[in-house]
Amino acid sequence: MNRYPLWKYITVAIALVLGFVYTLPNFFGESPAVQVSSAKATIKVDDKARSRVEDALKTAGITHDGMQLDFNGVKTRFKDTDTQLKAKDVLEKAFNPDASDPQYVVALNLLAASPQWLTSLHALPMYLGLDLRGGVHFLLQVDMKGALTKRLDSTSADLRTVLRDKNLRHAGVNREGDRLVVKFRDQETRDKARNAIADSQPDLILTEQADGSEFKLVATLKPEAQKRIGEFAIKQNITTLHNRINELGVAEPVIQQQGTDRIVVQLPGVQDTAKAKDILGRTATLEIRMVDDSPGALEAALAGNAPFGTEVYNERGGQPLLVKKQVVLTGDRLTDAQPGFDSQTQEAAVHLTLDSAGARIFKDVTRENVNKRMAILLIEKGKGEVVTAPVIRTEIGGGRVQISGRMTTSEANDTALLLRAGSLAAPMDIVEERTIGPSLGADNIQKGFHSTLWGFAAIALFMIVYYQVFGVVSVLALGANLLFLIALLSLLQATLTLPGIAAIALALGMAIDSNVLINERVREELRNGMPPQAAISEGYERAFGTILDSNVTTLIVGLMLLIFGSGPVRGFAVVHCLGILTSIFSSVVVSRALINLIYGRQKKLAKVAIGQLWKPGTATVNGQK
Amino acid sequence: MEFFRIHKDIPFMRHALTFNVISLVTFVLAVVFLFTKGLHLSVEFTGGTLIETHYAQTADLEKVRNALGKAGFSDYAVQNFGSSQDVMIRLPLKSEQNSNQIGEAVMKALEADAPGSELRRVEFVGPQVGKELAENGAMALLLVIIGIVIYLAFRFEWRFSVSAIIANLHDVVIILGFFAFFQWEFSLSVLAAILAVLGYSVNESVVVFDRVRETFKSKRGLSTPEVLDHAITSTISRTIITHGCTQMMVLSMLVFGGETLHYFAMALTIGICFGIYSSVLVASPLVMWLGVSREQFIKPKKVIEGANEDGAVV
Repeated sequence: MNRYPLWKYITVAIALVLGFVYTLPNFFGESPAVQVSSAKATIKVDDKARSRVEDALKTAGITHDGMQLDFNGVKTRFKDTDTQLKAKDVLEKAFNPDASDPQYVVALNLLAASPQWLTSLHALPMYLGLDLRGGVHFLLQVDMKGALTKRLDSTSADLRTVLRDKNLRHAGVNREGDRLVVKFRDQETRDKARNAIADSQPDLILTEQADGSEFKLVATLKPEAQKRIGEFAIKQNITTLHNRINELGVAEPVIQQQGTDRIVVQLPGVQDTAKAKDILGRTATLEIRMVDDSPGALEAALAGNAPFGTEVYNERGGQPLLVKKQVVLTGDRLTDAQPGFDSQTQEAAVHLTLDSAGARIFKDVTRENVNKRMAILLIEKGKGEVVTAPVIRTEIGGGRVQISGRMTTSEANDTALLLRAGSLAAPMDIVEERTIGPSLGADNIQKGFHSTLWGFAAIALFMIVYYQVFGVVSVLALGANLLFLIALLSLLQATLTLPGIAAIALALGMAIDSNVLINERVREELRNGMPPQAAISEGYERAFGTILDSNVTTLIVGLMLLIFGSGPVRGFAVVHCLGILTSIFSSVVVSRALINLIYGRQKKLAKVAIGQLWKPGTATVNGQK
Repeated sequence: MEFFRIHKDIPFMRHALTFNVISLVTFVLAVVFLFTKGLHLSVEFTGGTLIETHYAQTADLEKVRNALGKAGFSDYAVQNFGSSQDVMIRLPLKSEQNSNQIGEAVMKALEADAPGSELRRVEFVGPQVGKELAENGAMALLLVIIGIVIYLAFRFEWRFSVSAIIANLHDVVIILGFFAFFQWEFSLSVLAAILAVLGYSVNESVVVFDRVRETFKSKRGLSTPEVLDHAITSTISRTIITHGCTQMMVLSMLVFGGETLHYFAMALTIGICFGIYSSVLVASPLVMWLGVSREQFIKPKKVIEGANEDGAVV
C-alpha cells in the first residue's frame, strides 16, 4: 500500500539529479578572468574578436585556462591573478591601441571555475548580490523638470530659426518657467508666426496674449509631449550611463530603470567608488553661446544688474565673462569628441565633431558674428564654466570645432570622455547609495554560511534522535530542499544577498515543520492502534491538508514582500517564496518516496522506527503494535 | 524518545480569560512603549548616511568623534558595530550638504585624525526614498493582513480568520514594543522578519484550526471548549517541536550571523516565542467567543471521504 508508482520515483530521482547538477557549479569557486567587451554599439564582439584574444595571448606567451564567448563578450580564464593582470595589459594594448579612444572594454572579472560541460548546460553559480561580493549600488533620481527645461531651451532656439527663415520679425523669444514667450510688434506678424510655429513644432500648445502694446504668443508643451520627453530622458540617461560605465571598465554592470523616474546602477567589484561616482554623477553638457562684449556691460553685471538676457560666468583662470543666455548650440549636436593638441600652439585641446544640423547652425552663427567672441561652456551640476571664449575670425563650416585654452592633457581627456559619453538628457541625483567593501562581502558569506550550517546540523541531530528512521528521512528531505533551493537560485540567476541567505536558513527552519507534522501524525495514528503501514499512509494523507494551508499563508506574506519590498527585503522575499515551493515538494513527495522505499515493500510490517511511542494508560511500547 | 506524555486533554479553555488578559497587558505595554519611546528607525527609513569602517586595532571612538567634529559634521553618532575594531558612523540628512559626497568627506576626515581605518560599507539614503520605503512597508503589512484574512475565510470560516489575524497582529505589535523598549534598530530586514513571523504564526493557528475542524467533524458529543482543548492538546507536541527547530536555526543566526543579522534574528526569536502563545492560546479562545459550533462544519453530504485500499473509512 505504501508504494509509489514508478514514475513518481523517477520524477523524484530526476529532480534530485537536476538539483545536484545545478547546485554543483557553486562548489567550484571562481577563477580570475579577463573580459573583453564592446565599448561602442557599432562594434560587435564575435568569433573574430575571440581569435584576436587567442592570438594576442599566444604572442605574449600567456597560457589561459579556457575561453568563452557570450553576449557579454569574450571571457578568458587564468590560473592566478598575476597572469590575469599581465593578460589584461596585453589585451588592453592589442584591442585599444589608441588609449584615448577605446573601442573595447577590457576588464578584470571573476568566472565560475566549473567545468565546461556544466557551463554549457547553463549551470552557473548563484549570482551574488553586492553585499556578498562587494561593489557599489546607486539609485539615481532623474530630474524630469530639468529635462523639460532643457527641451524648452532648445525649442526656443528652434523657434528663432523658424521665425528667421520665414522672415518674421519678433521682439524676443524667452523661456519663463515652463513656457516660452514670443513677443511681436503687430498682430499680423503674430498670426503668421503662429501658423509657422504650429507647422514646425507639433508638440507645442500655442495661446495668444495681448499685453499693452505687445502681442505675445505663449507656447507650452503638450502633456503627451512632456510624458514622451520624460521617457526619452530616462532612456537617454541610461544609454549615457552605459557609455560612461563602459569607459570605467566594469565587468558586469547593472543599469536598470526603476519606476518612472529612477535608475539603478550596480557596479560589482568596483572599489574606487569616488571615481565611479564622479564619472556617473557628472552631468557635463556643452553649450555654445555668444559673449556680450558691449562696453560697460560686464561692469554693470558684476555690480549686480546684468543687462537683460545675459549672465556672468567665470572663465577658466578666473576672469568673469558676460555671456548671453540664448544657447546657440548644445552638446546634443555632438557626434564625437577627442582629446588632442592644438596644431599651432601645442596646447591640449578637445576636437569636436558636430552633426549636420549642428554644423549648419554653427556655420550660420560664425558667419553672422565675425569678430565677435563666442563662449564654449561646460556645465556640470548646474554650474557652468567657460572653457574658452575665442574670437571668431571667419565663418567655420564642416562641423569641426576645437576647444582649447588653459587645459592640461588629463583635463582634455576627461572633458572629451564626458562629452563623448554623451550628455545626460536630464540631471540626476543620487538618492540611495550602498558601498560594500570586498572584505565585508566575504565576511557576510562566511556568516551566512555558518548560520545555515550550524542551524541545519542542530535540527538534523535533534530530528534523528527524536524520530529515528523517520528523522533521518526528514533530514534527507530537508537536505533535498536545500539542494532544490540552491539549484533554483542558480538556475534563475536570482540575486543572492545576505538577507537571502538568512531566508535560506529560515526556509529550512520552517520547512522542517511539514516533516514534524507528518511524523507527529504518524505517531498519533500508531498510538491510536493503527497498523504501521496504514499509519504511515494516514499520517501523510492527513498532514498534507494542514501543510498546504500553512504554506499558503506563508506564501501570501512572501509574495507581498516581493511586490512591495525593495533592496534587502526583496532579496529575502525571493528566496522565501522559492523556499516555500521547494519545501512542499521535498517534505511531502521526497520524504514519502524515501519512506515508501524503506517500509513500503514489507507486507507484514510490525514495527517502524519513529522513536519511542508512549500510549496513555499503558506501558511504553517501542513503535510496536 | 517522547517528550509529551499527556493522559487527558489539557483544559486550556478553562483559563482562556487568563491567557487573554496576559496577552492584553503585554499588548497595552507594547503600545505604551511604542508611543512613549518610539522606534529607533534605521537610515533606510529616516534617510541619512551610514558608514562602517574597520580598524586593524581597537578603534578609539573618541578620536573618531573628534575627527568628525573637526571636519564640520554635526549630529553624528559613532558607535562600535559588532566588535571593538568596527565602527559605525551615522549622519543625519542635511539639505545644504551635497549628500552623496559625505562618504568621501568622512573618510578624508578619519584619514587625517584617526588614521588606519578601512572603509567597509557606505549607505546613503535620500529623504524621498526613506519615506517610500516606510510607505511600502506599511502597504505590504496591510496587504498581508488582507490576503491572510481572505484566504482563511475562504478555507475555514470568518471566525477563524478574524481570530487568527487579531492574535497574530498582536504579536507584531509586541515585537515592535520590544524594539521600542530596548531602542533596537528597526531596519528593513527587521520589517521582513516581522512579516515572515506574521505568516509563520498564522501558519501555527492554521494547524490548530485544522484540528478543530477535524475534531468537530469526527468526534460527536464534545462541547466547543472540549473540542478546542482536544485540538490544542493533540497538536501541542508538534507545535513545540516545530518552533524548537525553527528557533534552533534562528539561534544559529543570532550566534553566527554577525551584527547585520542580529536584529533580524532577534525579531524572529521574539516572534516565535509570542507566536506560539498567541496563535494557540489567544486565537482559540477568540474563536470560541466568536461563537464557533459544530453546525458550521457539518455539510449535508453523503459522500464518504478518505476511503482507501484497506477500506478504512475516516
